[in-house]
Amino acid sequence: MANLSMTTETDTETDTAPQPARRASLAAIRDSDLWYSFRTHPSAVFAACLLALVALTALFAPWITPQDPYDLAALELWNSEIPPIWNEAGQWPYILGTDTQGRDILSAILYGSRISLIIGFASVIAALSVGLSLGLIAGYFGGWVDNVIMRLGDVLLSMPFILIAILITAVATASLPTGLKDVLAAPILILAIAVPSWVQYARTVRASAMVERKKEYVQAARLIRVKPWRIMLHHILPNCLTPILVAATLNFGLAILSEATLSFLGVGMPPDQPSLGTLIRIGNQYLFSGLWWIVVFPAVQLCLIVLSVNMIGDWLRDALNPKLR
Amino acid sequence: MLAFLIKRTANAAFVMLAVALLAFIIFRFFGDPVEMMVNEQATQADRAELRERLGLNDGFVTQYTRFVTNAVQGDFGISYRNQQDVMVLIGERFPATFELVLVATIISLVVGIPLGVITAVHRNSPLANALQLGSIVGVSLPSFVVGIMLILAFSVSLGWLPAFGRGETVDIGWWSTGLLTPSGRAALVLPAISLSTFQITLVMRLVRAEMLETLRTDYVKFARARGVPVGRVNWVHALRNCLMPVITLTGMQIGNLIAFALVTETVFQWPGMGLLFIQAVTFVDIPVMAAYLMLVSFIFVVLNTVVDVTYAWVDPRLRDDAAKAGGANG
Repeated sequence: MANLSMTTETDTETDTAPQPARRASLAAIRDSDLWYSFRTHPSAVFAACLLALVALTALFAPWITPQDPYDLAALELWNSEIPPIWNEAGQWPYILGTDTQGRDILSAILYGSRISLIIGFASVIAALSVGLSLGLIAGYFGGWVDNVIMRLGDVLLSMPFILIAILITAVATASLPTGLKDVLAAPILILAIAVPSWVQYARTVRASAMVERKKEYVQAARLIRVKPWRIMLHHILPNCLTPILVAATLNFGLAILSEATLSFLGVGMPPDQPSLGTLIRIGNQYLFSGLWWIVVFPAVQLCLIVLSVNMIGDWLRDALNPKLR
Repeated sequence: MLAFLIKRTANAAFVMLAVALLAFIIFRFFGDPVEMMVNEQATQADRAELRERLGLNDGFVTQYTRFVTNAVQGDFGISYRNQQDVMVLIGERFPATFELVLVATIISLVVGIPLGVITAVHRNSPLANALQLGSIVGVSLPSFVVGIMLILAFSVSLGWLPAFGRGETVDIGWWSTGLLTPSGRAALVLPAISLSTFQITLVMRLVRAEMLETLRTDYVKFARARGVPVGRVNWVHALRNCLMPVITLTGMQIGNLIAFALVTETVFQWPGMGLLFIQAVTFVDIPVMAAYLMLVSFIFVVLNTVVDVTYAWVDPRLRDDAAKAGGANG
């Protein structure tokens, strides 16, 4: 029973990723097909359940974790370095053990997943909104506007993703005063991940906008003086939402990975508000002192999140691919 | 063809100028270069003198032109942190990164191609399905997590392989190689595997997709009908026709691998360019950051251009298409 309610939960969740998709193309046209395909793919259902579980436990972390891992007053040093519960030295309620400061690993993981998921989600939304608008403008107006936007995209794509992201965080943290750095860590990361990833959306939308704008219905709409932005949003955009939805889902996984990588490298979330990547960075220091649980459990959680997102993305790509139906 | 060549080269040059502009802006406007270079006792006059000597009082365009001219000659200035010539620093670290990327690429081909063929040939078999699932897992595993797990398993628990450093190296001219000593080879194993994980899945998926197409073609059916052994048809006749895209992918991914090596290098404290870059980021050592950015982008752009031009050379249709697309754009 619990299973059933969870699947419905995630399905709405994955659907809402790019907002307009749900109203315009998915719900209206494909909902029943998509739902059938979802039910008949065990890996998709499994991934959705997993992601729902992760999202819910992250969301309700303050109510289900044994301690607030960031409340320094709640940490007791004599509780430090406790191994997981199945080890004979393990102690309740520290199911996955504690770190060197007595912080409960499970609580830290749930709070960390929260940060990772939020940053991943926000950076996809940011990249989507910039990419879709610029792509529509470039494809619809053409000419020098198109040239400027697409050349900018070419330059961004000529540098490795991870390098752009590191440069943005590095420059931002170097030019900000110390106090602001930690406060703005999350927005900086969102920016750093969104900047190199909008180009993909822009290219997709531009290609279909260039085709659509020559069609008669757009000509007709122009003739009756429908405003350009209305043509773009209501007539052209809905035609290219399917590939965008698939790309956005896969990029959500990529964004979480990128955030974790940046935090692991030390240019992401600071240690006092750690994401999963920061937790792995911290745990990595104790690799040789036998405290394996500090690094392994956050790493497992990160892999599970990305894996489930990628499995949903893979299923979605096949399910929405007209050639495979 | 000549027109296409010129167009592609001009495009690459434009992209490099844009990257240079970015590197220059970072270099010039984030942190004052003078403040970074002088020591604390320097007088106001010293600073003004240095500022004049570095040409920081000139106009923006003059400074940018000088930056590009110097960069073309391989002069990226002096590292703020250890007062050494940036290009010398990067040159010392380049062999380490190059060998890591090279070995990772070889591993990805040697493992990825057979896996791809197997999953395509035995489609829908339990083994192929397991490998297919494994490839999704491979894409989802962050490379630094793979590195940490490898260290935990093979260095901490089993104690078989070293977890950091490059081992002993031998100098051949200016190139220092770790491939000739046992400790150097041992040190290379874990970083190379960790860097190649993602690449293996990429090669495997590509080979699988190409093989599925090729297996349906007439010449493969004909070879089978003629009685050529199945193994030979799959692994020689069909596979050979799938290798061109694999070579392209491998070529284009080398730039990405060099950039991504910085993560692996951080995990394994591998003394390559990537580790140098990450340390430069921590210390806001901007000349090193700018030089690394330019160098990696340069490799990236050159590889892409070479691949494009080769394709146009092999396949004339692409030239026409490119010309048409260019016409529609302009």
